[in-house]
Amino acid sequence: MRHLLSTADLDPAAAVRVLDTAEHMAATQEREQKKLPALRGRAVVNLFYEDSTRTRVSFEAAAKRLSADVITFAAKGSSVSKGESLKDTAATLQALGADAVVVRHPAAGAAYRLATCGWVTGPVVNAGDGQHEHPTQALVDAFSLRRRLCPGARDLAGTHVVIVGDVLHSRVARSDVWLLSTLGARVTLVAPPTLVPLGAGSWPCAVSFDLDEVLPDADAVMLLRVQSERMTGQFFPTAREYTRRYGLDARRLRALKDHAAVLHPGPMNRGLEISAEAADGPRSLVLDQVSNGVAVRMAVLFLLLTGNEGG
Amino acid sequence: MTTVLTGSDVTRAVTRIAHQIAEAAPPPDAAVGGHPVLLGIHTRGVPLARRLAAEYRRITGREVAVGALDITLYRDDLRRTATRTPGPTDVPFPVEDRVVVLVDDVLFSGRTVRAALDAIRDLGRPAAVRLAVLVDRGHRRLPVRADHVGRNQPTSLDEHVRVRLAEVDGTDGVEVLQPTPAGGASA
Repeated sequence: MRHLLSTADLDPAAAVRVLDTAEHMAATQEREQKKLPALRGRAVVNLFYEDSTRTRVSFEAAAKRLSADVITFAAKGSSVSKGESLKDTAATLQALGADAVVVRHPAAGAAYRLATCGWVTGPVVNAGDGQHEHPTQALVDAFSLRRRLCPGARDLAGTHVVIVGDVLHSRVARSDVWLLSTLGARVTLVAPPTLVPLGAGSWPCAVSFDLDEVLPDADAVMLLRVQSERMTGQFFPTAREYTRRYGLDARRLRALKDHAAVLHPGPMNRGLEISAEAADGPRSLVLDQVSNGVAVRMAVLFLLLTGNEGG
Repeated sequence: MTTVLTGSDVTRAVTRIAHQIAEAAPPPDAAVGGHPVLLGIHTRGVPLARRLAAEYRRITGREVAVGALDITLYRDDLRRTATRTPGPTDVPFPVEDRVVVLVDDVLFSGRTVRAALDAIRDLGRPAAVRLAVLVDRGHRRLPVRADHVGRNQPTSLDEHVRVRLAEVDGTDGVEVLQPTPAGGASA
């Protein structure tokens, strides 16, 4: 693994390796002494052109737990607001000695560009690029699902994961579709027709417009946030209609299999795509998704930053 | 290829080391009557530690705790060598004020032991750390020495010492593999 740009680049062995490494990272985080010396002396730059709480904080915690130095760079309050380009910013970071760059950017492909243009020499981790991909979140989802649904198993073979909601604007959904299917899960996307992206027919998943039909067969339901900040047009008539047709309310929660899990990558719009009962109930993996975030990102940084200096 | 320890030699070496561990005087500040805990270093140190524990129990009638230590995250060559997926570190008992016996199959440069000492430091502060190895092949790069050695086996740097244990490899034995003219070691 040279960079982590898209979950489509991960073959089953590589994906399982990240999850297994994350499992051991998680075990070290239950000790009193949580800091590991593995990345001592390395510098990880968090380059965030877009707002984020969970992802930025968990990358920062992950790097620090592995003893790396962390330089967090938020576009607000930097020279980016004076018009500096991604290229010049990257060159500056390179000159400062960044060993790895974690980048979040509103434009799809920003991480790919950073990784392939020779502006930085170290590994690049995509922490979300526009509406394209968010691979570490998908790895967190897969890790949380494997722990809950398939304890002790290698992958997610035989499970059925239903992803509901604003697929069109969701980078998490794209990354999840590729990763979960690579890990052997069957994936079904459920959304209003207006929120299904063009070309979803060629993805390794099924597409449905009817949540009630799909739910009884699901081992896990992942709700996506309705991303009003990315919606410039009308995608559904009213929020109430969306909730009625695609929200996970108490009635739909009861239609689920006994063991079925509920996920949401956050931040949640409670009462819109997910009810409080679903978000806070025993099926919910929402908090696991946050707490597992550090271990998974430790695994990603560890695998990317070790063994790459030939010799 | 030269066989330096047969299966029964391995068993005898384990028995002898277990006797040595049982006879070693505990430091005065050791807790729990000086009974040691055994920490096997992944991969083959773990089954070796289990065998030593079984022998120790047979000799002294006392149970001895066994843990597994993975040192991948503590190596000093992480930048250079291809990484192994870290294995589980499973030490389900406190090491604080105990005598810890580190167990590994081969003692070579001493770097693994250095990493293991760092890993132990993150688990607690033992009264003492001792080192038991099945084979000491020489060529130390660090000031490390073993307290209990199954066999001292002088080697040249380009030779390879292959330890096989039934739990991992299906059979017991230690061989020294000579390098082939082409480079790498071969049977």
